[in-house]
Amino acid sequence: MFKKKTSCVSYTKWGYIFLIPFFLIYTVFSLVPLLSTFYNSFFENYMSGLSHIGPNFIGLDNFTKIFTNGDLMTYGKNTLILWLIGFVPQILVSLLLAAWFTDLRLKLKFSGFFKTVIYMPNLIMAAAFAMLFFALFSDGGPINDILMDFGIIKEPYRFLTTVVGTRGLIALMNFLMWFGNTTILLMAGMMGIDTALFEAAEVDGAKSFQIFRLITIPLLKPILIYVMITSLIGGVQMFDVPQILTNSSGAPNNTSTTLIMYLNNNLYSKNYGVSGALSVILFIFTAVLSLFVFFRLNKKED
Amino acid sequence: MTNKEKKEFSGLLIRRIISYVVLIVLSIACLFSFYILLVNCSRYHADIQKGFSFLPGKAMVKNFQSLMSDANLPVFKGIRNSFIVAACTALLTTYFSSLTAYAIHAYHFKAKKAIFTFILMIMMVPSQVSALGFIQLMRDMNLMNNLIPLIVPSIAAPIVFFYMKQYMESALPIEIVEACRIDGASEFRGFNTIVLPIMKPAIAVQMIFAFTSSWNNYFIPSLLINEKNMKTLPILIAQLRSADYLKFDLGEVYMMIAVSIFPVILVYLILSKNIVQGIAMGSVKG
Repeated sequence: MFKKKTSCVSYTKWGYIFLIPFFLIYTVFSLVPLLSTFYNSFFENYMSGLSHIGPNFIGLDNFTKIFTNGDLMTYGKNTLILWLIGFVPQILVSLLLAAWFTDLRLKLKFSGFFKTVIYMPNLIMAAAFAMLFFALFSDGGPINDILMDFGIIKEPYRFLTTVVGTRGLIALMNFLMWFGNTTILLMAGMMGIDTALFEAAEVDGAKSFQIFRLITIPLLKPILIYVMITSLIGGVQMFDVPQILTNSSGAPNNTSTTLIMYLNNNLYSKNYGVSGALSVILFIFTAVLSLFVFFRLNKKED
Repeated sequence: MTNKEKKEFSGLLIRRIISYVVLIVLSIACLFSFYILLVNCSRYHADIQKGFSFLPGKAMVKNFQSLMSDANLPVFKGIRNSFIVAACTALLTTYFSSLTAYAIHAYHFKAKKAIFTFILMIMMVPSQVSALGFIQLMRDMNLMNNLIPLIVPSIAAPIVFFYMKQYMESALPIEIVEACRIDGASEFRGFNTIVLPIMKPAIAVQMIFAFTSSWNNYFIPSLLINEKNMKTLPILIAQLRSADYLKFDLGEVYMMIAVSIFPVILVYLILSKNIVQGIAMGSVKG
């Protein structure tokens, strides 16, 4: 490479030229909107009936408003709960499956088939999946029919009228959509572990659960953290499933309204000041999480 | 066989049985809802209301026809719009992400490291946090009810870029780049004729991901589009959900969901091997 250093210089400009489309489009469609969103958060700007109020500069009032009226806390809490009850079973099941798929002694057959099936829900349109679950779990829907045919319940269980039912369905959908993806990521991590370690442990008479707990888990820690944080960033963005399932109402009684549903409601009602403030908070939250992942991964490479 | 070996063998057998049972249960959980969907989209409204059946009906063609001719729900146009957006997105995002990755991979310039770091940093910023500014800008640019804002921003896709960059590191040695320079090809032609063909496997995987995520995208399109004929499928699904559910022909409702879901499943099943392999590659190296 170095022998042609002189010719390298003349090629340099092409590096910059090839970067133009990315940066042009990024600036126009992402960076400028992001900055103007931030700018909006400092202004009073909303619709009151048919009259448009603002924009008037009000400093940080939009922020104090959503912090003090409890909206941010309520919807943040909903989002966190919905994420947690989907994520905890997801990571446990994925760890188990990944350990089985990579276990050399277990030698599972049809593992290609199983991987294909468990990953499939990840590619499904979340809106259509939620609509499907709405139809399946409706009062006279197939699930209630089946449960009644088998004599498990006597009359239809109205899933979407109870907090547990609604949150449970959302968590179930998130679980089904993401556990296959997580399994494959964890598998990649597990296959990166030196097999000599497993062999040595086996020779020393370690049981498979001991190997899993004392070798696999500690060595998998970086990728576990990566999976958890990217999942949390995804969880903060949760929207399609609860929006369609509850028809944007967050029923019952706003217990399934997520942060992005709240943002969406404010954007629809043209409440730009509050939307802006909420966006800034969400941006800071995801940025902190991303930076954490970024520096951890970089540290590992060094 | 000694006693100890026997014990070990039966232990392994039990573990194997448990893992198969768990895998089968999970597979059923994944497939069950789609199976009911397949059954119900082929049944008459009256049959669906009567109760559940494990066997498909005979109304699939009829349900499809009545869905396509539904005056309130422009499904055919929805499929067309969704397809245009998803196909253009898949093409643009893979081409330009490869180009961007190539710029970082093959050239040496001062700002290279800073630019690479910058792209990695913005990788995880969710599009929702700039949605407000985005819709205001689209309104100012007169692009509401237009498919362009759903397509063009995909040219700058940090995640696709990162995947392409990773792939280039393993599949595109710098010697190849230099060889085409000696042949006197211009840099841009060299990229199109030599680099892109080498990137084919990565492009194929990312095209599928870009197509499906664009096909499934709901948040931004629903904020930009309210004209009937420009709606994409997820917006129509939301419209179906907010309409009075009981007034609808249930066969049609299931068919509408099937139309949104099954094309993706079909493509996935044909190409699943490449996709499952491709997922882990774009993420961190364990």
